[in-house]
Order: sequence, then C-alpha cells, then structure tokens
Amino acid sequence: MQTAKQTKTPNSTLDKAKKGKPITIVNLPQGNIRSQLIRLGITEGDTLKCIERLPGGTIVVQKNRQEIAVGFDLAKKISVIIQS
Amino acid sequence: MKSDNIVNLNSVKESQINFDESLQLVKKEKVVLVGNPNVGKSCVFNYLSGMYVDVSNFPGTTVSLIKSNYKGKDVYDTPGIYGVSSFNDEEKVAKEIILDADVVLNIVNALHLERDLFLTQQLIDMGKRVTVLLNFSDELKKRKIRISTAKLSEHLGVEIIETSAVNKTGFDKIDYAIEHAKVGNQQLDLHFMLQQVMDKSIPQAEALLILEGDQETSDKYNIPNGTADEREKIYIGRRNRVNEIVDIVEFEDSKKGEIFNLLGRLSLTPLTGIPILLVMLTLVYFFIGDFVSQQIVNYTEKVIGKGVFEYNVKSFVADYTPSTIDVQVLDQNNNVVEQKIFAFKDGINANQQLANEFKNFSSKPGTVSEFHYSNPFVRLFFGEFGVITMTITYLLFLLTPLVIGFYFVMALLEDSGYLPRLATMLDRAFNKIGLNGRAVIPIMLGFGCITMANITTRLLGTEREKSIVTAILQFTIPCSAQLAVITVLLSGVGIQSLLIFAGVIFTVLITLSTVLNKMLPGESSPLLIDLPIMRFPRMSNVAKKTFFRSYGFMKEAGFWFFVGALAVGIMEITGLLNVWQNLLAPLTTTWLKLPREAASAFVMGMVRRDFGAAGLFHMHLSAMQATVAIITITLFVPCIASFVVMLKERGWKEGIAIWIGTWVTAFFIGGLVAQIII
Ligand SMILES: Nc1nc2c(ncn2[C@@H]2O[C@H](COP(=O)(O)OP(=O)(O)OP(=O)(O)O)[C@@H](O)[C@H]2O)c(=O)[nH]1
Ligand SMILES: [Mg+2]
Repeated sequence: MQTAKQTKTPNSTLDKAKKGKPITIVNLPQGNIRSQLIRLGITEGDTLKCIERLPGGTIVVQKNRQEIAVGFDLAKKISVIIQS
Repeated sequence: MKSDNIVNLNSVKESQINFDESLQLVKKEKVVLVGNPNVGKSCVFNYLSGMYVDVSNFPGTTVSLIKSNYKGKDVYDTPGIYGVSSFNDEEKVAKEIILDADVVLNIVNALHLERDLFLTQQLIDMGKRVTVLLNFSDELKKRKIRISTAKLSEHLGVEIIETSAVNKTGFDKIDYAIEHAKVGNQQLDLHFMLQQVMDKSIPQAEALLILEGDQETSDKYNIPNGTADEREKIYIGRRNRVNEIVDIVEFEDSKKGEIFNLLGRLSLTPLTGIPILLVMLTLVYFFIGDFVSQQIVNYTEKVIGKGVFEYNVKSFVADYTPSTIDVQVLDQNNNVVEQKIFAFKDGINANQQLANEFKNFSSKPGTVSEFHYSNPFVRLFFGEFGVITMTITYLLFLLTPLVIGFYFVMALLEDSGYLPRLATMLDRAFNKIGLNGRAVIPIMLGFGCITMANITTRLLGTEREKSIVTAILQFTIPCSAQLAVITVLLSGVGIQSLLIFAGVIFTVLITLSTVLNKMLPGESSPLLIDLPIMRFPRMSNVAKKTFFRSYGFMKEAGFWFFVGALAVGIMEITGLLNVWQNLLAPLTTTWLKLPREAASAFVMGMVRRDFGAAGLFHMHLSAMQATVAIITITLFVPCIASFVVMLKERGWKEGIAIWIGTWVTAFFIGGLVAQIII
C-alpha cells in the first residue's frame, strides 16, 4: 500500500495549492515536523482539500471535518500533486 | 480489523495492576486527564475538582500541570498534546505526569476522531490504564454523525463513555470510567518490539518512548533510543491503524456534514478578514470607550466613589481630627456659585454649632466638599491621595468596572474560536518579525493581563519566539488595567492623541521585534495550527471567566496598590518624594516636558504601570502632555507580578535585560515624542 503511494511524482508544493482544489500529499519534510504532521493526520498519500490560500502563501487545508492552517515556510517544503 | 494482529495485554499486566493496587494503601491514585488541545479537558477538570481553570476555544489554553482532588484521588489537568513525546515544553510536562499516572482519562473530540485517536492508541501502546471520554457528543447529534462506541471499544480494548462537557452529560459515568480503566489492545509487531526493550527491565510506557526516539527517556536508562526512521515506522503504523478504526466506527448520515462555517472562513482571508477585524475593534471601542468608561464609570467613580464612599469616610474622620473643609456649590456647568470654608480646630464633633451649619450647607444639591487634615498621618491614610480613600475609589469604582469590561471582551473573543483564525490571517506579517501567526494568541491575551500572557508564551515553538514575544509583551502591550486608565486619560482629548499613542507604540513593537529577530540565533518555527469550530460564545463560560479574572485582578492589584500608595505617601511625609522629584526634574520637565510631580507617577509605575498612569489623573495635563505621559508609562517597566513570572519563565539574564531595557526605551521614546509634539 505504501509503495504504491510513493510511486506518484509530485507536480508542485503545498504553498501553490489553489482554493477549493483537492491536493495529494507526496512527500513531507524530515524531522520532528514530519512526526507532528502524521499525528495531526496528514500523511503521505492523503488527499486533502485546500480551502483557503492567503496572499503570501499561508494555506488552510481541510481533512475530514478538521481545518488546519499551514504556514508558507512549511507549505513550500511539502511536495504535492495538485489535481485540476 | 484483523484481530489476529492485535494483542490484549490485560492478562500480561494483571500482576502489575495488583501490585499497583496494594500500593494505593499508601499512595493516592493519580487520575490524569489527557487529550489533544481544545477537546474539553479543563471543562471536565473543573467539574471533577470544583475548581476553576480557564476554558477557551483555542488550542493551548492550559500550559501547565494543575492538580486537585476528586473523591480521595488526585486529578490532574494537563496541557493539550497531539502525542506523547518531547517536541515542546507542554509535551514534556504532560509526558512526566502520564508516566506517573495510575488511570488516564483520555478526552477525545468526537468530531476529530482521526486526529485524536492517534494519542489514544499511543497511550494504549504505553500500557496505561485508559478510559476514553468521547466528548463533543452534542455536536455529533447536531451534525448527524454516528459513532459506534461498542465497535470502538472492541477495537481499542478500553471503555468508551460518551460525554458533552458543556452540557455535563455523561458525567455521571465518570466514576465508572475511572474504576474500569484498563489496558487496551496493541498491534502485535509493536508488542514484540516493546518486549525486547522491556526485557531490560524498563516499564512498558518508557520502553515505548525509547523506541519512539525520546531522548529524555533513553538518557534516563542510558540505552540508545530509536532512530527517526523507527519512530516514523511506529507512527505510520499507528496512523494507519487509527484510520482503519475510524473507517469502521464512524457513519456520517449526510455526506454533506462538512462544516461550512461562513464567518470562520470569511475571517481567514485579508479581503474580508480585515474589515471583520475593524468592525470588531470599533464595537469594542464603543463598548469600552463610550459605554463603560463614560456612562458606568462616571456613575461609579463620581457618585458612589467620591460622593458616597469618600464623603462618608472623610467626614467621619473629620468628626474626630482637626480639619478644614472647603465646600463648593456648583451649577450644571461645574461653575462655582457659592463657597464656604469651615475650620474645625478639634474635629467636627467638638463644635456643634459650626457642625450644624456645615451639615446644612453641604447637603445642598450640587455641593462638593474637600477635606483637609492637619495631621500628616491622617492625611496619609484619608487625605486627597490617602492610602485608604484613594486606593478604594480608584480600584473599586474606577478601574474595576473598566477591567471587567476588558475581561468581558477578551472572554468573548477567546470563546468564539476567532483567535486561531486571526493567527492564520496575520501569519505572513508575523513572519517578517521572526514569529509565526500563533504569537497572536499570547499578544492578544496580553491586552487582558501581561502576567498571564507571559505563561502562554509556552505555546510558541522555539526559545527565540518566546524571547521575542516576552519582550513585546513587557515593552509595548498595555494590559486591561492600563488600557482602562488610558481610556480615562484620553477620553475628551480627541482622537489625535489616541492615534499618536497607537502609532508610537506600534512602531516600537515593530522595531523591537525586528532587532531581536536579527540578533537572536536560530530560526523560528512555521505555523501549524488546527482551527477550532467558530461559534457564538457561551455566556455562562464568558461570565464565569470574567468574574474569576476580575476577582483575581482586584485581589492582586488591591494589595500592590496599597503598597505603592503607602510608599508614595511615606516618601511625601519624609520629604523623599521631593528629593526624587528634584532628581528626576531635568528628565521630567525638560526632556519629557511634564510637570515635575509626574516623577511620582514613576514610583507608582514601578509597582504597576496602571497605577503610574493613574497618578497622572489630577495633574491637569494638556492633551499632548497626556499623550507623552501615557506613551512613557506604557513603555515603562512591567508590573511586579509580571516581572516575577517573566523571571521564572525566561530566566534572570533575559528578565533583567528586559526590565532595564524598558526604563531606557520609555524615557528615550517618551522624550523624543515630547520634543516633537509639545
Ligand atoms: N460543543 C461542545 N463544546 C465543548 C465540549 N467540551 C468542551 N467544549 C468547548 O471546547 C473548548 C475547549 O475546552 P477546554 O476545556 O478549554 O479544552 P482543553 O482540552 O482544556 O484545551 P487546552 O487547555 O487548550 O488543551 C471550549 O470552548 C469549550 O467550551 C462539548 O462537549 N461540546
Ligand atoms: Mg485546558
């Protein structure tokens, strides 16, 4: 299951997500922040919805019923597939 | 779920549990409330303990451990955590007590099962005795979501109790929950990994932390900890298990059950968020600046404080001590139409004839009586700035109504879920000064009370962020008591003063944080925050919080105000005040362009800034002088309570540096502004 997820290639990073569009997480940055994201429920292979992109690149994503705000510096380190 | 992959450790743990039980004869059982941030732990804690701890609608309200008791057991409220590890201070605090816990009541937000069960599973993996309180069950019904507690219980291997902490439903089962807490189900592969560490006679909970790479724990046992890869493997395994469980137990009747919270969404983007912020600030301005500070305070201070309270106390004192009473009759425009001075050489009671004359004259409508006492000690306690008379009028009848007003507004804000959205909207702006949007929360709380906000800086990710925000708080943010005084001083002098004041303070804030951002080593952490649901503030909670905070304010401020007033009074009698005023005169009169008496305000200001500002009331300052004075006092040293907390949180070096820094900045900037505008 996990290998299947990782064969997909990212076409962008999270900070470029567009409002209202679904995105699939391909790669999370290393380190503690990675564990923090996994605990919050954001893992590689997940598909989330971008519900807001603020000027400057702060992203708000929604997973199930939960809204999570991700700062620009973190968002640009998360590679994703932006679905059109 | 494949049950062959799961092991129930109940049997394995039996002997250990019995051992624990025999220990209880000497040791009280420790029940620890654990859960993700903002799930209602403190609500449950308040219920169990009968105490009051803050409940707010943003993650990170509780930042330290709080202990109380419930039916002979110790109960603990803990900071919200997403998992047990040592990523930040709050997690370290929670980790310690979880390791010590006999029973863990794991509070879960039923709306966010996927997020919350990660921690639940981790607690189970630690081998703790756990019961899950499935909280927010009221919201489940509203949103037509069903969760099968039977299935959830079966998969996790622990009891599940549905609760709603705001309606107190399900709380009757808490005794059952504590009693029936048990060790849950664990994945088989993790179980074997754990066993290897436990063979080195390390308890299961700590063995898990070691496997997950927790440095503190592996240092304790002096064995190598798991690598980042190993931690990730365990984390991903747990994540997947949780996701599978949620898929099985949760049913959404209408797939459209997604929250679409219009106001919440609108307050995120600057285009609509900034207007919303401005509308809110305007409402606050009218509520505090007009309604409370004009209507209410005019009544409480003039009519109750001066007219009833001070008049009665002072005339009672005058009955027995030598005094001169200056009685003025005022017309509607406050012009003096008649005036008489009564001199009682041995107190009012000693001269019945004059006493009657005084009583008749002073009972006319519109009279104001000024009492002058010749005995310096009587003056110290009951005179115009008397320790007893002034302290009580200022504190009870002037500051308290305003402070209640500010606390009320803060409580509304905290309960609405707006703060994390403001944090998101301002994130990019905060990045420029070395912070992320999360810093909004301690800074906003600072407008309530700096002391409290100093502690809330713990929710920031790195030391440098904590340092920057601590400095911002001590240097620039006026707390509610100070805002109260500023409101009074600036009311009636025009919007221009307010704008100059706000502009100067804001400039100092930006400059200060930019400099610190350049100076401090390291990097700040990026924003990662979950947004709670936005909703109408619950009035019962708002009222309770406002009450407890206002009461706390009066208790603390009352004492210190008394001390400060006494110090100034004694300095006056002994002539020290004059020496101090002369000493500071060049600074006060030439540089700040204020009357030399303003120097006394700085004595009071060292105790609490708001008292310093209050000392300016009777100085007849021009509008621009008032502006300079409040700028200086706002930038001046933090109050004693906040100073002490800052030393505790940030250490001596940083604390003292900030304290001295505020002296320098206050006088430098205050004077600079004075040179320009006066
Ligand atoms: N609708 C609903 N709201 C709840 C329930 N329990 C708690 N809340 C609200 O959730 C928010 C958080 O409650 P707290 O008790 O402060 O949560 P906490 O877990 O102590 O939060 P932290 O200290 O930040 O970790 C408050 O606004 C509560 O009013 C519940 O059962 N239903
Ligand atoms: Mg709490």
